[in-house]
Amino acid sequence: MALKDITLGQYFPGNSVVHRLDPRTKLIAVMLYIVALFLCEFFLTYAILFLTLCACIKLSGVPVKSIVRGMKPVVFIVVFTALLNLFYTPGEHVLVKLWIFTITLEGVFSAFFMVVRILMLISGTFLLTYTTSPILLTDGLESLMGPLKKVKVPVHELAMMMSIALRMIPTLIEETDKIMSAQKARGADFESGSLLQRAKALIPILVPLFISAFRRADELAVAMECRCYHGGEGRTRMRQLRYQANDRRTIAAFLALTVLVGVLGHFGL
Amino acid sequence: MDPIIETKGLTHTYSAGTPFEHTALDSVDFAAYPGEYLGVIGHTGSGKSTLIQHLNGLLKPTSGQVLFQGQDIWSDPKTTRRTRFQVGLVFQYPEYQLFEETVYKDISFGPRNMGLDEGEIDRRVRQAAYFVGLRDDQLDKSPFELSGGQKRRVAIAGVIAMEPKVLILDEPTAGLDPVGVEAILSNIRDYHQARGATIILVSHSMEEVARTVDRLVVVNDARIPLQGTPREVFRHGEQLEAMGLGVPQMTRVFHRLRALDVDVDPSVYTVEQARAAILDALERGPRKAENRLCGERKKEPADMEFSAPVAENGMEQASSDEGVR
Amino acid sequence: MQNIIQTQDLRFAYTGPEGVSPVVLDGVTLSIAEGSFVAVLGHNGSGKSTLAKHMNAILLPSGGTVYVDGVDTRDEEKLLDIRRTVGMVFQNPDNQIVANVVEEDVAFAPENLGVPPAEIRQRVDDALKAVGMYKFREHAPHLLSGGQKQRVAIAGVIAMRPRCVVLDEPTAMLDPIGRADVMRTIKALNRERGVTVVLITHHMDEAAQADRLIVMSKGKIVADGAPKQVFQDVEGLATVGLTVPQTTQLLWQLRQEGLDVPLDALSDEECAQALAALLA
Repeated sequence: MALKDITLGQYFPGNSVVHRLDPRTKLIAVMLYIVALFLCEFFLTYAILFLTLCACIKLSGVPVKSIVRGMKPVVFIVVFTALLNLFYTPGEHVLVKLWIFTITLEGVFSAFFMVVRILMLISGTFLLTYTTSPILLTDGLESLMGPLKKVKVPVHELAMMMSIALRMIPTLIEETDKIMSAQKARGADFESGSLLQRAKALIPILVPLFISAFRRADELAVAMECRCYHGGEGRTRMRQLRYQANDRRTIAAFLALTVLVGVLGHFGL
Repeated sequence: MDPIIETKGLTHTYSAGTPFEHTALDSVDFAAYPGEYLGVIGHTGSGKSTLIQHLNGLLKPTSGQVLFQGQDIWSDPKTTRRTRFQVGLVFQYPEYQLFEETVYKDISFGPRNMGLDEGEIDRRVRQAAYFVGLRDDQLDKSPFELSGGQKRRVAIAGVIAMEPKVLILDEPTAGLDPVGVEAILSNIRDYHQARGATIILVSHSMEEVARTVDRLVVVNDARIPLQGTPREVFRHGEQLEAMGLGVPQMTRVFHRLRALDVDVDPSVYTVEQARAAILDALERGPRKAENRLCGERKKEPADMEFSAPVAENGMEQASSDEGVR
Repeated sequence: MQNIIQTQDLRFAYTGPEGVSPVVLDGVTLSIAEGSFVAVLGHNGSGKSTLAKHMNAILLPSGGTVYVDGVDTRDEEKLLDIRRTVGMVFQNPDNQIVANVVEEDVAFAPENLGVPPAEIRQRVDDALKAVGMYKFREHAPHLLSGGQKQRVAIAGVIAMRPRCVVLDEPTAMLDPIGRADVMRTIKALNRERGVTVVLITHHMDEAAQADRLIVMSKGKIVADGAPKQVFQDVEGLATVGLTVPQTTQLLWQLRQEGLDVPLDALSDEECAQALAALLA
């Protein structure tokens, strides 16, 4: 399994309604969705959000399989939180009592909703990254955080760093692959030995990798200067972000949804 | 003679079972013989890099076999690991893999991994440094203080120090100027002659392989469509052209010459041969040679080079200037 | 014709922590005419890359002066003008591509220059067409071949609409196909768009395609003229660590044998013609 098989950015190119939304709209919608998720109390509110999520996934045309596959790395965290909730939620309706562990009905509900909440949170954000190219996402963030410039937050610089990082990651992965092969050809062994030995075995990879990363950074900086880069001041963008009718509708819908969930949640539904 | 290393029906498929599935090698039978200087040519993506990474067990065949001295290198883990040391592989731009504090330590990385004793390691490091023309006082320097060409020679020494029976070099002269190219090629030649090792030189430059190798293997589209002596291979000019490879400049000139109705040997591929062919044609007298057969002339030494005077200390000059860049 | 770049007794030495290092450029006086195609040839360490970096104020002279379109490169006020007049392409395409979509990368320079969005779009399309990469505009650069990446880098520079492009060993890391594509692109840029091209290289066959060839050694210009003339000095080039194209090598060796062949038959065809005349 080569390192380069790992997909990064996880963007699924497409032309669905969801893909075509302004990245800022999607960012705002996801934030509202997350807020709503934390306002949920019981079955009805979760069901409303679940249906919303399903509708969005359907509209985006992103295969459900890919979203499920994306959850694999968080399975451990989910199971762990579920267990904590299961055993440590105090309540009146005791279901099982085992040694020092007590499972209450409240605990079961709490664990169940916690799992649902985490999974829905992750699928929601995945939908954002699956349908928005990293570059648009960066643009969207830069634009949304624009007002922070007034309080001296280097918004442009942060966005530029993020997009350069996205650009360089595949290159550095490829480079790591090459250096590993080259050191293996000299008999380096990364697979056996004690933990300390394995950590030591990484030196022949890390040193060249760091040197190369610094050299690349240096060259990239010169190349950027040659292309008249002088910070965010006076800079224009080829791609202009513009809210369309659909964007306004989406934001309005998510606002309404959040309020609705908030109200219903208030009544414990 | 039995091959020192060979592949039988070697197939390699990347990312099998995904939409990115790609067959880089398709049942390839490849062989290199003891003591030969073999050239491997092919454009980027032809499968040649995949092929050479199988020869020292860095990649595992999807199907087929890789045999070193008749033994399957994947038969057991010990054999695989031993093959790594017997088949040395120098990657493209090897200077980017240097990591130690001193040149000496970096060259000793391979021998140390082989588990040799200090005395033997020391002997090998010094010997390898000698082969690539590094001076003793350079061994204690940091490899990062050296010029680009010198760094590359340190990296090559790092593989030579394992004293492999087969030395594979992927584009060892890429990005070097003529003096640097000559220095590296003569280092390789020295190792070849002194050790009787098999050399496999992967190159993009037809002129370079034309004047260095005994035999050529052409990799294209996951297969080996052509192989033989340079003379035989360069006869298939059009086929090579279609693969995006072309033939050496001298071959092209001589083909033009024949198109102009001049009777000269069409299988010329080095300047030295071209000179001999022209002088030969002149001796036979203008236009008299029409009916005479172009017999196979005596083989010119493959390493015969451009005989104009080259500054003797050219290398040193270049390197010392380079240090400041 | 007007000179786009002019250097006057240009000297340069890097100043490091241990004081001043040896001189890299040692009195280079040179003018490059607008619209010309100039190759600068030299071994590693001859100073050719350092010279290139002076042509758009990436480096400033330690002594002497460099003028870009009549402006002294030390004039900080005019820095952006200088950089937009003379674009620069480097050896490693991976280290000069900024964005992870081809067209976004090409848009980088005009965006920095504050060009209005609609015009950026136009410039990007135009630049990508000029290098033959238009159909790859939505691709991710890391999935392209070396030659394609380098052409994207060239597009990224010509989107600034520079009058001159300096290329520092742009083909050193490419395979023959990539090299040929890049050379074709460079030549078209010069012939069809009238962009001045300065090509830094150590490939003889590439240098042979220029109108003018400058040879550098130890920080000095040691030869300057049409490639055909410069390559005739086979021995002189050898002493500065350079070889000549194989055609010239052959003709030179034949002349050493006392044969009457011209030394300036550089292309395959010319060389074949010259040999045919000899044997006729």
